[in-house]
Parts: sequence; structure tokens; C-alpha cells
Amino acid sequence: MTDKTEFYNGNTACAEGAIAAGCRFFAGYPITPSTEIAERMALRMPKINGNFIQMEDELASMAAIIGASWAGARSMTATSGPGFSLMMENIGYAAMTETPCVVVNVQRGGPSTGQPTMAAQGDMLQARYGSHGDYSIIALAPSSVQEMFDLTVKAFNLADKFRTPVFLMADETIGHMREKVTLHENVEIIPRRELTEGELPCAPDENGICGFGTFGNGHNIHITGLTHNEKGYPATDSAELHERMVRRQVDKIEKHRAELTDVDIINPDAETVFVSYGAPTRTVRQLMADMPDKFGHMNMRIVWPFPDAELEKFKNVKTFIVPEMNLGQMAKELRQYTNVPIVTAAKLGGALHTTEELLKAVSAAETAKKPVTEVRL
Amino acid sequence: MTLEDWYRQDRLPHIYCAGCGNGTILNCTLRAVDKLGYKIEETTFVSGIGCSSRAGGYTSADSLHTTHGRAIAFATGVKLVKPKQHVIVFTGDGDCSAIGGNHFIHACRRNIDITVICMNNNIYGMTGGQGSPCTPCGAITTTTPYGMKEQPFDLCNLAIAAGANYVARWTSFHVKELTEAIVKGLDVPGFSFIEVATQCPTSFGSKNKMKQVTQFIDMFKNSAVLKVKADRDAAAGKPLEKGKFVVGELMLRNNPTLGTEVKQ
Repeated sequence: MTDKTEFYNGNTACAEGAIAAGCRFFAGYPITPSTEIAERMALRMPKINGNFIQMEDELASMAAIIGASWAGARSMTATSGPGFSLMMENIGYAAMTETPCVVVNVQRGGPSTGQPTMAAQGDMLQARYGSHGDYSIIALAPSSVQEMFDLTVKAFNLADKFRTPVFLMADETIGHMREKVTLHENVEIIPRRELTEGELPCAPDENGICGFGTFGNGHNIHITGLTHNEKGYPATDSAELHERMVRRQVDKIEKHRAELTDVDIINPDAETVFVSYGAPTRTVRQLMADMPDKFGHMNMRIVWPFPDAELEKFKNVKTFIVPEMNLGQMAKELRQYTNVPIVTAAKLGGALHTTEELLKAVSAAETAKKPVTEVRL
Repeated sequence: MTLEDWYRQDRLPHIYCAGCGNGTILNCTLRAVDKLGYKIEETTFVSGIGCSSRAGGYTSADSLHTTHGRAIAFATGVKLVKPKQHVIVFTGDGDCSAIGGNHFIHACRRNIDITVICMNNNIYGMTGGQGSPCTPCGAITTTTPYGMKEQPFDLCNLAIAAGANYVARWTSFHVKELTEAIVKGLDVPGFSFIEVATQCPTSFGSKNKMKQVTQFIDMFKNSAVLKVKADRDAAAGKPLEKGKFVVGELMLRNNPTLGTEVKQ
């Protein structure tokens, strides 16, 4: 088999990445600007013995991919902000029941119906904290069409390995722009670990991960969104058990931050360092190309959990600049891990940052003394 | 294999109140799958939230206890991936027709090959007795303290109108008929919906002068009109008396289905 090179938009590349990763179940509901993913899946799934189903809403889409996952399929849905809000209920269920699945959010301007055809990164905190209760998740952020393919593959592997929903936090720009993309035929597949005989379905191994009792394989297990014991049975009145279960589910991700780090670091000795993810990374890279060796840069492909340990590599940093297409959501997270002044270059409305705007942030950085300074672009 | 093997023995005793009819419906369901000779590993129970939805967890098969109202959407995912799996959904009147109403009608429309058993006790039992879309007019609940003012759903008519291949209604009194209906529902390809009127002496009965289980059983016995009789009466121009309801097989058809195609 050979790799194919195509000129695709990001959404199509995402669908192809999912198929390459072995995704054979897609449930979704039409929503701009993610719909091309569903359309591609509708076209492709019947040809490869997979399932495509257009559900009645995003609540049902999320429910269906969880059911499909328990039946043994790698499953995915794709949406944008309004649909992502509806999915939050069952995203919490997936976290609680440790169900591997992939949710793509091609972000658009919000809140509410907002700007359906314009890019944004306004759902970054919702991705981390949007469902009720304490839990942790993994989220990836692509900044190119190639990464729409590659990170979708990675999302499936992380979902199966860590038994968790994984988010691909794209945006309208990356979803709709066309670039050259290599569709790898043989991608690395890290399958979920099947439950072994005698092993309890909700008892963790040494990494805090439980074996997966695929339905129909004779495990005959009970799965519930209620607080449950290691057998998987409801046990809602034990404070000790509840705390142990929640902490273990959070720790299985948070204690693997090193493994869950995927960043590009350039010029770590610089004094002014850009921290970015997704579409704004493209403008930062342009500026770095225009003015080599002047700035440092950390691009994050995995945004949740936040790669805090990487910050130590910037020994001389005097200011972090965080360009985001929201009002500084990930800058708030960065603030938790550093005392270095942060300049946020927030841009709303859908247009990408320009290099001139980033230079405006650089000027502000020279005098930034406050913990967080917002530069109005 | 015996009937007892279908029970998850180490989860018993169950949480149902004394006199609750849900256990009867669970028994009838397990008698049906046993009668059909299903294997435990080829059967999956999916349920939502509420008293009814705890039933799946008392079976020894794979069971997915999901979120409120969404069981049918979860079951759709299971069935499409594993079409050979017998997928049974336990739901209640609130779970199925209030918060889950949209999923319910769309599953009927798709005619997906699952069997949904709705334990209709006319009330939200788990949360302590609030009115549901199936609470009869005038009934007292904690959220209808002056009597229910809204009209209730006829869930079976809803399922028929939306496209389900098999629709039946029985009560927790009609255990033999109910078991047969579940057998048939499981056997018929496509969406099967079986509504079971069941008693909730704790939350419904206590507020509506039906504290005794026997009062419910008498009511089911006396108010249930067989479909054949109801049809005969209707043909003779005699409408159904107030307070009575029709039981029996209300729909059997062979419309195209989803989820019956086994992929290579």
C-alpha cells in the first residue's frame, strides 16, 4: 500500500484520518462548519463496512458513539459549538464510564449561534470543564490540514489507551482551508486493552487504566454513570469509594502529562516567547520566518492536559505572548504555571491574527509588568 | 442454562419498593429471552434513568445504564455495530416520552431492530413522585398538587404513528400475555415497543387513593379492554369507556428496518 497525496480541506482530511485509524462508526448532526466531516463519512463508511448514521440531534450523536464504542467500534462524532454544548451531558457519561471515543469540534464564533461560518477558539475551557463534576480529558489542536489527518489518528490511539473521550479542537479556518495532505495508509494503531478473564471491569491496572469489556464478547458486565465499584456496580453512598474513583479517573490522565505532551519548541533561549495552538500558530510561524531568532515559540498539539513542564525549557523568558481566537482562555491556564508576565493577544470575529498584530503584542510585552496584560489589537 | 442464570445474583436484593410492578416486568422479560433460547453474551440491555432503568443492571448480560432519556440512542450505536446482538431497552414513561421523546420517535421512524419495554407507572418514581407526560388528567403528584391539568401521551399510538413494526400494551397483571408480547417483539424485525402499565404504590398510589397493590391490580384487570373487544365495540359505534384502556397487540407490520443487516 502506498500513501496518497491529496489537496483536501481540513474536514475531509479529518474524516480520512479517522478511517485510517480504523474508525468504523460515525454518528452526527449537520452543523456549520463541521458538516463536511459527516458528509465524507456518509460517503465512505458504507464502502468499508462501517456505519454512518445521522442522528436526531447532538445528544443522540454522542450517545450513539458511546454505545458503538461499547460494542467494540472505534467511533467518532463531529460538531461545532452549539452541538458541543448539547454533547456535554454524554461527554460526562463517557468520562465516568471511561468510554473511548473521539469528538471533533470545528470551532466557530460564539456564544450561542454566533458566527457559524467564522473561526474561533472559544470552546477551549468548555472542552476541559464543560460537563458537570470533576474529570479530566485529552484535547488536541490541529493547525494544518495534515494535522487534521495526523491528530485524528492520534486522538483514537489516545482514547483507546487512556479509556477516555478525546477532543480534536479544530476551528473553521483549519476545517475549511485546503492544503496538500498525505493520507498515510498504514498508521500506527494502539488498540484498547481488552478485559482479561477474572479481571474486574472497573479495577485499574498499574497505570490506572481498566481493561475494556467489549459487549458481546462474553464479559457480561454492567456499565453505569452512577458512582460504581470495581465490579462496575452502583455504589453511591460511600464517600471513600467516590473520591477514590474520581481521583483515579482524573489521575490516569493528569499523572501521564509527560506522555501526553506534544509540542514544538523553537528558540527556547528567547526572552519573548509565543505560546499558541491551532490557527494562530500559523501566524506565529510566519512572524518567526520573517524575523528569525528573535522570538521563542511553543506550539501545543495537545492542549489538555496543559504541557506545563515544557515551560521550564524557556530559561530566559521575560514575557509569554498568547495569541488566541478567544478572550484568553488558555492564557488563564498558562498563568497557573508561571510568574512570568503574560500578554494576551485576543482576537474575536473570525479573522486570523496578522503578523503586525503580533508585533503590537511584542511592543506591549516590552513594558508588561502585570501578571496578565491584554493588548487590544 | 436456566432462567435463574439471567439474574445478576450478586446485585440482589433490588432497590424496588415493596409492591412495585417493575420486578414483574423484569421477570417477564427474562422469561421471554429464556424461552427464545437467547445466549446471555448475545444479549445487551440498555436503560436510561429512573426506577425502570435499574432493571438492566439486575440481568447477567452486558448492560449499559446510561443518561436520562438517551437509552435508545445508545442502543442504536450498539445495534448498528453488532447487528447480531439482541438489544433490549428498559425505560419508563418519563425517560421515554419526556426527556427521551425525540430519540423514541426517531428510533420508531428508523425502525431500528431493538425492543423497547416501557414501564409506565404514570409518574416519576425515583425522584419522589412528580407528574410525567403519562400522568392521567386530574391525578395528584408533587408537581400537580391540584391535579394534572395536561393531557397524557398515548405512547403506543405515538410509536405506531412514528413507524414501529411491533407495538403492544399490557399490564403488570397480564404476565403471560406480556411475556408472549416480549417474545414476539424480540422476534419481529424492526422496532418493537411494549408499553406495560405498572403500579407505583409508593409515589402514585399514596397520593391517589391507591395505597394497596391490589387496588392497582384490580384496576388493571377491570380497566384493560382487549384489542379485539375494543375493535368490536368501535365497529358497533360504542366508544371506549372513560378510564379504560386497550391492551393487546396494537401493531404488527413488516416495514423496512435498520440494524438487521449483518456486515461482512
